Amino acid sequence: MHIFSTLFAGLLFGIGLILSGMANPAKVQNFLDLFGTWDPSLAFVMGGAIMVTMPGFWLVRKRSTPLFHDVFHLPARTDFDARLVVGAATFGIGWGLGGFCPGPALTSLPLAASGTLFFVPAMLVGMVIAKYTAAPSPKIL
Amino acid sequence: METEFTPLTSLLGGGLIGLSAVVLLAAHGRIAGISGIVSRILPPSIDKAGLPQEIIFLIGLLLAAPLWFALTGAAPVQLVSNNGLLLVIAGLLVGFGSVIGNGCTSGHGVCGISRGSARSIAATMTFMATAFVTVFVLRHVVGG
Repeated sequence: MHIFSTLFAGLLFGIGLILSGMANPAKVQNFLDLFGTWDPSLAFVMGGAIMVTMPGFWLVRKRSTPLFHDVFHLPARTDFDARLVVGAATFGIGWGLGGFCPGPALTSLPLAASGTLFFVPAMLVGMVIAKYTAAPSPKIL
Repeated sequence: METEFTPLTSLLGGGLIGLSAVVLLAAHGRIAGISGIVSRILPPSIDKAGLPQEIIFLIGLLLAAPLWFALTGAAPVQLVSNNGLLLVIAGLLVGFGSVIGNGCTSGHGVCGISRGSARSIAATMTFMATAFVTVFVLRHVVGG
């Protein structure tokens, strides 16, 4: 049952990305193109997701433990450091350039568009490089 | 190229993404952050305890497009640039940035904001800003 729930969550996530249009880089880049062929759809994707997660998370957190696990693994940090800002800024540049973020890129892999086949291995390499540089940075706030 | 404005399917698809995140938190106490899930199973520090669940989640993600094809009889619509060099650079930046910044569109943008995490709100505003600027430069300064 716990394996099924994880598989189901992965499938649901991917189907959601496809249905919403997030798995189409042209749609993502059009969302980001305010002064060109702007397509506001992605705001609805984020809105739709948060409308479910906000009350959903609140309900789940009323339990003391998850169904199939001993503890909740939630990020505990509340500080702002340079890595957060630099990392997010870098991520945004890559997201704008390709129209892909990690979920949609992986979901698109079976469709085997040549661009996806370039993007995904490069993304994995970028992640490994970042993990090797993972040292704490000074807080800025 | 223009894409059709799809408020309804986008809202619905977003809802499914949200539901997936709720299922993962309820069942396993995990945040559905794709960059986190992927990077945890990569070297140098592989999360051995979470490995099976992370791989199963990713298998589900990879099966979504084939399932979509089986259900609708058509491949998901997408238009991906075939500029290999551009996509390699984009991939490197996305991979590197999401690990350094502890999250991506899903982990910060959906789950983090829903938890009211100040770090996630700051990260989301930052990557949205640089992405808007990047597309502006790409399409209206360099390209056109």
